[in-house]
Amino acid sequence: MSIHVRNVSKRFRDFVAVDDVSLEVESGSLTALLGPSGSGKSTLLRIIAGLETPDAGQILLSGNDATALKPQKRNVGFVFQHYAAFKHMTVRENIAFGLKVRKRPKPEIQQRVDELLNLVQLQNFGDRYPAQLSGGQRQRMGLARALAPEPQVLLLDEPFGALDARVRAELREWLRQLHDVVHVTTVFVTHDQEEAMEISDQIAVINHGRLEQVGNPRELYDEPASEFVMTFVGDAQPIGNYLVRSHDLDLLTEPTDGAVEAMIVRVTILGRDVKVELHDTGGSEILALMTRDQFDEGGFWRGQQVWLHPKRERAFA
Amino acid sequence: MRSRVQRLGLRSVVLAYLAVILVGPLGIVFYRTFEDGFGPAWDALTTPETIHAFKLTLIITAIAVPVNTVFGIVCGLAIVRRKFPGKGVLNAFIDLPLALSPVVVGLALFLLYGAEGWFGGWLDDHGIQVLFALPSMVIATIFVSLPFVAREVIPTLREIGDEQEQAARTLGASGWQTFWSITLPSIRWAVIYGVILTTARCLGEYGAVAVVSGRLQGQTETATLRVQERWESFDLAGAYAISIALATVAILVLVAMTVIRPREEAH
Repeated sequence: MSIHVRNVSKRFRDFVAVDDVSLEVESGSLTALLGPSGSGKSTLLRIIAGLETPDAGQILLSGNDATALKPQKRNVGFVFQHYAAFKHMTVRENIAFGLKVRKRPKPEIQQRVDELLNLVQLQNFGDRYPAQLSGGQRQRMGLARALAPEPQVLLLDEPFGALDARVRAELREWLRQLHDVVHVTTVFVTHDQEEAMEISDQIAVINHGRLEQVGNPRELYDEPASEFVMTFVGDAQPIGNYLVRSHDLDLLTEPTDGAVEAMIVRVTILGRDVKVELHDTGGSEILALMTRDQFDEGGFWRGQQVWLHPKRERAFA
Repeated sequence: MRSRVQRLGLRSVVLAYLAVILVGPLGIVFYRTFEDGFGPAWDALTTPETIHAFKLTLIITAIAVPVNTVFGIVCGLAIVRRKFPGKGVLNAFIDLPLALSPVVVGLALFLLYGAEGWFGGWLDDHGIQVLFALPSMVIATIFVSLPFVAREVIPTLREIGDEQEQAARTLGASGWQTFWSITLPSIRWAVIYGVILTTARCLGEYGAVAVVSGRLQGQTETATLRVQERWESFDLAGAYAISIALATVAILVLVAMTVIRPREEAH
């Protein structure tokens, strides 16, 4: 099921959370809403789910206007950052909830719940209560619960935000695999650009309630449409009048056109990569990343005077 | 060592205070009642008037408790989950019965439903007896026991938040289904606790009911009114026996609350 967001705006009192956002999400794709906290990305997701009502604009699901539809009529699955587990129900009862309210026959519910328990690898935890699960397990339960009624859209609000780094990376990978199997149109909210880059087909970058850019991870990284996107998706630093990524800097031993003079103040070998910290003549810090081979070939040393030449640079008005 | 002495000192002060204020009087009542064995106490409890008084108290309680339970839950949901003008006022008004002396409540009902009152004439014309009858006693009891369920439910609703309810909605549950399967089970201990407190308050109500009932023996006399009546008629054994019955219920309520409290906290 495709999602069309058309000129949606939402304000909370004086705070503009979503500002005239239009976005298309293709059927079966995995899209990330990426932005810093408070950027309005979660509000947009909640508007798609029907948990918030937009002040202006429309939400189309499969081309049909769903703006006035209550959340329970939208057939979306929603996964919450803090799980929103039904605490008084077991894992099985949690997963069965969406089927039960739809009055599906008992054997069918039983079978579907078993299926989902397997899918999220909680086969042995069906009779436990949420309080007896770890964060990662709770979120997998939340996912199974959202998927149980076979929603046409899966919406995830910072699904891994409350988990520690290792579990986070694991679940991220697992969500991507799951999406390849289940193929439900998926939109997830994250403030972690790496997370967004790693698993999405399409990323929508949001800042201050506005849509900054939509594209696949490569487009965003290689052709950022604004200074915000360039600095938020990957690293970037100002050199002269330009923004340059730290691995797009050549270190030269002699001055050339467009090169900026700087001194190496610190060298860190990160295994395969090398991090070179420099100060320009004004004292500003600059970071250059290169491979070990490049570093060894150059024979750089701390205290050396070099000229930085950007291989690729961008200027934004 | 010193802190231990201090702790023990503090403990003895608290215990001594409780003994003088609470346990002493209650003990005396128990002692006096059973001074001459169970026989006289039992006889005093089983006179037709006393049995009627207990029945009346139970009937009033059986009406007031469900009414206030439903009101308390609805009110709590409105205050915590909805936005509407006058919400602050409603929140403050719920506590009014706690601040207001029950006698004042009784007088207010008198002014409303009495022959000279706002509704008095109309009710009289239609042959509906409110004052000196069950309706006014029920209304008075509902009023004085109104805050307890709401006051238990409101903080619990705040604490659990509405994410579970939102999750239920996205899973296809209607508002009604969400309430029965998610909200109510989540606040059940608060509701039960509130119901127990409400019940205790209804059983013990005296002031407001004393004003509106007219205290007609065998007709509008509740258990607490009966205690007063027996006392004034110099039937101390009767007064003690009924008091004991009421005190026993109060102790059972306390026990029930102690059993429930830790469970609620565990959730």
